[in-house]
Amino acid sequence: MASTDVARQPDKGARPLSLAGHVGFDSLPDQLVNKSIYQGFCFNILCIGETGIGKSTLMDTLFNTNFENFESSHFEPQVKLRAQTYDLQESNVRLRLTVVNTVGFGDQMNKQESYQPVVDYIDRQFESYLQEELKIKRSLHNYHDSRVHACLYFISPSGHSLKSLDLVTMKKLDSKVNIIPVIAKADTISKSELHKFKIKIMSELVSNGVQIYQFPLDDETVAKVNTTMNGHLPFAVVGSTEEVSVGNKMVKARQYPWGVVQVENENHCDFVKLREMLICVNMEDLREQTHTRHYELYRRCKLEEMGFKDTDPECKPVSLQQTYEAKRQEFLVELQKREDEMRQMFVQRVKEKEAELKEAERELQSRFEQLKRLHADEKAALEEKKRLLDDDQSSFSKRRAAAQLLQAQSLTANGKKDKDRKNSGFM
Amino acid sequence: MIERAETAVPSIAQLNLDGYVGFANLPNQVYRKAVKRGFDFTLMVVGESGLGKSTLINSLFLTDLYSKDYPGPSHRIKKTVQVEQSKVLIKEGGVYLTLTIVDTPGFGDAVDNSNCWQPVIDYIDSKCEDFLNAESRVNRSSVSDSRVHCCLYFIAPSGHGLKPLDIEFMKRLHDKVNVIPLIAKADTLTPEECQLFKKQIMKEIQEHKIKIYEFPDMKDDDDNKLTRKIKEKMPLAVVGSNVVVEVNGKKVRGRQYPWGVAEVENGEHCDFTVLRNMLIRTHMQDLKDVTNNVHYENYRSKKLAAVTCNGVDITKTKGQLTKSPLAQMEEERREHVMKMKKMEAEMEQVFEMKVKEKKQKLKDSEAELERRHEQMQRNLEAQYKELEEKRRVFENEKVDWEAQQRILEQQKLDASKTMEKNKKKGKIF
Repeated sequence: MASTDVARQPDKGARPLSLAGHVGFDSLPDQLVNKSIYQGFCFNILCIGETGIGKSTLMDTLFNTNFENFESSHFEPQVKLRAQTYDLQESNVRLRLTVVNTVGFGDQMNKQESYQPVVDYIDRQFESYLQEELKIKRSLHNYHDSRVHACLYFISPSGHSLKSLDLVTMKKLDSKVNIIPVIAKADTISKSELHKFKIKIMSELVSNGVQIYQFPLDDETVAKVNTTMNGHLPFAVVGSTEEVSVGNKMVKARQYPWGVVQVENENHCDFVKLREMLICVNMEDLREQTHTRHYELYRRCKLEEMGFKDTDPECKPVSLQQTYEAKRQEFLVELQKREDEMRQMFVQRVKEKEAELKEAERELQSRFEQLKRLHADEKAALEEKKRLLDDDQSSFSKRRAAAQLLQAQSLTANGKKDKDRKNSGFM
Repeated sequence: MIERAETAVPSIAQLNLDGYVGFANLPNQVYRKAVKRGFDFTLMVVGESGLGKSTLINSLFLTDLYSKDYPGPSHRIKKTVQVEQSKVLIKEGGVYLTLTIVDTPGFGDAVDNSNCWQPVIDYIDSKCEDFLNAESRVNRSSVSDSRVHCCLYFIAPSGHGLKPLDIEFMKRLHDKVNVIPLIAKADTLTPEECQLFKKQIMKEIQEHKIKIYEFPDMKDDDDNKLTRKIKEKMPLAVVGSNVVVEVNGKKVRGRQYPWGVAEVENGEHCDFTVLRNMLIRTHMQDLKDVTNNVHYENYRSKKLAAVTCNGVDITKTKGQLTKSPLAQMEEERREHVMKMKKMEAEMEQVFEMKVKEKKQKLKDSEAELERRHEQMQRNLEAQYKELEEKRRVFENEKVDWEAQQRILEQQKLDASKTMEKNKKKGKIF
């Protein structure tokens, strides 16, 4: 569904012109319809209700077929959603129907978070569509739209009022999906009780500010029937896939000992009204509302969250490209900053390490110097000792030499004396 | 919590209906809503002056789009290429159509016509730009579609072939807008000349790989036959007329000549009816769809790709076009983080290696120092020992000699004592 399919005011700049004959563009709606039929239609319906309230049966009855049904237990720890898609065809119209059922809704002791899985599911479908819409290369016309178009909320036929779980859930969902509340198993309520029940429900919804789906009144062809139907909300329905013979026909009904509740009898329940409103008359409007109201709201919130604006701080309009470019700039700056920071950190570490190593070098150097000095000292001491020895040796040599000289002298003197003696002796 | 059934690609079951449901009424619902909304269509006519563009528009829509109060471009004085639009609202059978006719007065009229298509391209792009901005806003209101849905290109009926300007124009516009070439003033060609002319034109169009608007295949076989017939007649040869004349008692639009009346709506005279049926009655919606799904998307993806892949070669980043620009940035961020991690690891490695080197060097220096010190110590010690030895020897020598001297001294003393004794004894005088 392209954005051009949105309701639009007639162009004020166009001047009206009269035609002199049959041009033929009155076939435009047919061209559009033919294209739609060719493409096929798609509808997604969400059923919320307690286990065993008759969601699956009603779906089967509504679409006159047999969807795969799972019997659920009452002991699910959390609310889950089960979605199934089917291809249906009625005359030349193909419909891809997705039925989403809650599983375990209302069974837990603590039901505070019961609505959350439902909200999440709906948001997820919106998100999926939004992502596709934002892609650079996208194919929206081929996209299988999984957004929830209608939400049937099954109200227990207590006959008194809505449960607080009902109010809480519907309040959370009314801005996300078209809510159509239905009173389930309406064959347990009598007509007068039903009337009071409906009034009570509607007033509770109004006083709690819950916006349910109103059948549209803008198209004259269907405004009248829609107005009437709006007055019958919420529809009290009975579902059955079993057939009972009534008169000479087989009709869908529930057989009780006290009578037969005919599903398609408007006196017995509002099933026909529901089918009429939901499928025959307003299916397209439900789809349109989902796209133009609920989805737009989601999209607007999401984009604002991501920081997109339509105008910049000076209130000048900002185009999408500008926003993207600004974001990209920011992004690149951030990356650059991170890189620079990392480099900075490394430079720091290198500096520190260098200082450390230099310190170690210096220490080594000083040790080296110290040892050198030590060595020099020791060498000097050694030299001193050597010198001492040399001195001693030389003085000793001198003494010895002197003594020897003396001895030699005395020897020669003695010898002379002896010689003299000898000589003198001889005289 | 979602069960697997939702996320898994479903094998979608085909179910049969056992009775009346009612969604067969959907098309009617769509019909109603479409009529309520109204339609819009923008038609662009391009061609040299005097080819009958305005007349054709008036004939197509059976109205006087251009009249005394709203003169057509052909009556304007200035002849520079501009793009002008006229917007009218017409109604038929309950259906409202806002029709915008975009005219290009002065196209091809100058002496130098290079770039005369630029204003046209600019106009088309600006409409796409407007639409893109409108649909990209955060607060979107219903977007009115002013994009050009169809461009009728008027070929002068020379009978020979396309002019260079024709080829150039169509080549430049065929991927921006649906181009439908028409042979204008076809009443100057005989049917045979027209056939040849058409063949020649189609040949040249194929040669130059010009993509003119293609009629989609219909589901219905009958429709398909019709489509094929139209395809065979391309390009359509048209005649337009603002005047109604009487032929055989009937009032028809036509051109009165001394030799007869060329009827506009006569299928044997020209292809006007084919054009009108195709353009308005059967394919108007498809022209809009092709504009929206193909030409506009082309424009949009180019525009957005330019934003995200700033300067990066588009062909290399084809895979990235399947994401939105933001998802694109996320991916780039993750890549960057990985790149940084790798860089960090590398730098860390280099750092460690250098530190190890330096430390090793220090260790070696230290070892060297130790070694030398050790050596020197040993050296010194050796010298010490040597010295000690020398001293010991010397001391010994000294002690011995001193002892010897003492003995000698003693001897001397003894000798002198004896001499004294002898002397005393008178032995020696």
